[in-house]
Amino acid sequence: MSDSPNALLDKTLALAKSFGATEADALFASGRSTSVRVRLGEPEQVTQSRDKGLGLRVFFGTRSATTSTSDLDPERLAALVKRTVEAARVTAEDPFAGLPEPSTDAVFDADSLDMWDEGVVGLEAERAMELARETEAAALGADDRLSNSEGGEMGWGYSELHFANSRGVYHHKRATSASLWTTPVASDGDEMQRDYWYTSARHFDDLGGPASVGAEAARRTLRRMGAKKPPTCRVPVIFESPVASRLLGGLAGAINGGAVYRDTSYLAGKLGEQIAASTITIVDDPHVKRGSASRTFDGEGMPTRRTVFVEDGVLKSYVLDTYTGKKLKMASTRGARRGLTSTPSPGTSNLWMSQGDQTLEELIAGTKQGLLVTETFGYGVSNVTGEYSQGCVGLWIEDGAIAYPVHEFTIASKLADMWQSIDGIANDRDDKRGTSAPSFRIAEMTVAGT
Amino acid sequence: MSTSTDTALARFGVGTPALDSALGALLAKGVDDGDLYFEHAVSEGISLDEGLVKRAARSVNQGVGVRAVIGDKTGYATSDEIDPTRLLEAAKAAKAIADGASGERRPYRLTTRTAAQDLYPTRDDVVDQPLDEKLSLLQQIDVRARAYDPRIKQVQASVASERRTIVIVDADGNVTVDERPLARVSVSCIAIDGNNRQAGSSGGGGRVEFGWFTDGDRWQHWVDEAARRAILKLGAVEAPAGTMDVVLGPGWPGILLHEAVGHGLEGDFNRKGTSAFSGRVGQLVASELVTVIDDGTIADRRGSLNVDDEGTATQRNVLIENGVLKGYLQDRLNARLMGVAPTGNGRRQSYAHVPMPRMTNTFMLAGQSDPEEIIRSVKRGIYAVAFGGGQVDITSGKFTFSGSEAYLIEDGKVTAPVKGATFIGNGPDCLTRVTAVGHDMSLDDGIGTCGKAGQSVPVGVGMPTIRINALTVGGVAV
Repeated sequence: MSDSPNALLDKTLALAKSFGATEADALFASGRSTSVRVRLGEPEQVTQSRDKGLGLRVFFGTRSATTSTSDLDPERLAALVKRTVEAARVTAEDPFAGLPEPSTDAVFDADSLDMWDEGVVGLEAERAMELARETEAAALGADDRLSNSEGGEMGWGYSELHFANSRGVYHHKRATSASLWTTPVASDGDEMQRDYWYTSARHFDDLGGPASVGAEAARRTLRRMGAKKPPTCRVPVIFESPVASRLLGGLAGAINGGAVYRDTSYLAGKLGEQIAASTITIVDDPHVKRGSASRTFDGEGMPTRRTVFVEDGVLKSYVLDTYTGKKLKMASTRGARRGLTSTPSPGTSNLWMSQGDQTLEELIAGTKQGLLVTETFGYGVSNVTGEYSQGCVGLWIEDGAIAYPVHEFTIASKLADMWQSIDGIANDRDDKRGTSAPSFRIAEMTVAGT
Repeated sequence: MSTSTDTALARFGVGTPALDSALGALLAKGVDDGDLYFEHAVSEGISLDEGLVKRAARSVNQGVGVRAVIGDKTGYATSDEIDPTRLLEAAKAAKAIADGASGERRPYRLTTRTAAQDLYPTRDDVVDQPLDEKLSLLQQIDVRARAYDPRIKQVQASVASERRTIVIVDADGNVTVDERPLARVSVSCIAIDGNNRQAGSSGGGGRVEFGWFTDGDRWQHWVDEAARRAILKLGAVEAPAGTMDVVLGPGWPGILLHEAVGHGLEGDFNRKGTSAFSGRVGQLVASELVTVIDDGTIADRRGSLNVDDEGTATQRNVLIENGVLKGYLQDRLNARLMGVAPTGNGRRQSYAHVPMPRMTNTFMLAGQSDPEEIIRSVKRGIYAVAFGGGQVDITSGKFTFSGSEAYLIEDGKVTAPVKGATFIGNGPDCLTRVTAVGHDMSLDDGIGTCGKAGQSVPVGVGMPTIRINALTVGGVAV
């Protein structure tokens, strides 16, 4: 590639205009990533990849089309741009479509987010392999029953993004990331269980150490051993922080403008209403230093800003980009997500739920009988109907203490009732996660087991 | 090397000398296996929402993946810029994992190999069809869905299509070219009645031409199904919670097999001893009524391939025969380490991904029972005919799949429709409780995508009507 990304975007936008596009925006993304995996102490896999791609959205009046390519040969690129403008001519007129009005807001200072670490860029594969090996070894050394493994793995790399549109907006950002994880397998007689733990960060020095990651992976795996199928019943259910965070991600989907304007969410039309317990506040902050989902501009090139989505349980804002904002006669919340090929869609950044003032242990101790959910799986959650039914792994609680592990059961309820009936919140939120909630207890759900 | 191979390679701007030098650098001393995987993918997505075709997206993605394998170690390097220099760089990076290995250099000779089968002869790929024909189809879908019932308030529909050109150069120097078309039409309807909001979806596809979608009343049937399901659920009752007998209808409910046994029979987990099915070949793992096949050779199917992503011809593999576990799904690495032949199941999402054992089209053979008799045999249970997704924990064997159209069975009769519920079971023993297998085996309509270790590949499933005793149903009603 001979052009700078900047020049390539300019050329591409100019090409689009020359073929008849009235407006356009474009992205150029590039990155490098490496991962190494050891299994049972031996190197198992090393992968290295480099990629780049150009994404383009063109408008022909209020009609639009998008394209992306990793083939930057000038002739083939020109042909693709031409084809895209032709496609835009035949799609439907949509009066809500278009580039956002340029914002007068200052763009947050990218350097102060501190998203780049040369220590990650320069990490040697040998060193990464050693860390992966130590992490797996720390897990497997914790107990004799941990005799097998899906490995220890370390991944690291960087990504860069350039954005430009035909109204003269230009932004650039880059970030590094690294992660370290391990998945031990425990067995005892006929029973076999696995779980995993990980650490991830923008900076190498922010990663958890191999010993702590391995120990946590071992603890999570071992606590599953001896699992039984619980009885079918209704009990209080505590979602441990990682699964609580998944539930929070689901809530963000239910207040996503795309679902709201189509009326395909159980939370459509609920703005200003109590949608969760009054102890719950949910804030999106794109400007967390070294944050996993931090960013200074969104997928439409708009400067990002903090948004309160839920305050004391009341829904204060939907998650909106320019298009869904116009549909709902509201302003974008500036979190537009966008892949290279796709049109932008509303999204969030560091979406955090407020903490409680007790530890998870205290929350468990305050639960006479119930369930601590440590993993949910399956596809039984619908934001359309608000129904929730998921496969589950967890720990049974009797008299305020963990009694025994449970598996092969489901938990079910309605999402609206679940959020309204949260009656206990812990203080264990992990701020390294982009979408993060502390552990919390739902007053009652149906457990389907024996 | 044949002209057709040269033509395919020309797309990537590399010729025989570049292949030769890359393969030479890759197959250093002691390297057991390796390959070069070139891919050029064109894909297009057109979608309709609120009666308008608002989105048309087209993308081109190309690159090369270079792999060296020594013992159970894999080195993999990818590049989206393909030229002789990058290719050589990638080959050197991939074989770095083999540094210090000793042994013979693997000999190779560049030879064109013609795929043994032509399961999807391509003439008019959907991805190349004029846009207006696809737009017109989407508009007709919208009109038909809205006409189904005034309570259908939203219709979303899409036509997704792609064509991948793959060139695989294996460690013997065999060069295999495969052109893979794939297309899918999806329809989703939202029915609203007061505060009651329900969704229904349907669709289908395969490695087919555009005309396939307009054959007979194919797309019309999908539209009616999506609309019918959404309306049906407006009147659905709460699903029960607890363990009960379940009858699964034919076709897409075969997702049960995919989750309950398919993943657990993939060679990688079994070689490592981390699957609930590890070391169980020859044992009874299902009722004697159950025979499960994985077959990548069915013409036009979404899960079919002429050759897998390592150049091995796909085949029909018997996984479970009359209840007995017969074998695993293998790629080259796991087959070699387990001392068996590859089964044509080495697949990858794209050039940027390392291949691993994956399913193709997984189904249960038909049995003897009359499907209506099977339903009549159940006193109290669930009859499920359509599903959303499923997931499995391969190590513990626990799997789930979620019903999108299901009914109560009361005294042998199908009665009220129930709201969405997740089923959960244990893979190694779930199929031992199959007490009846119908004679109505059918394959799904071609909508399945399977995810494993972050890689998605198209797959198919199929099943006759079956009865499973004592499956756990995850509703809310106790």
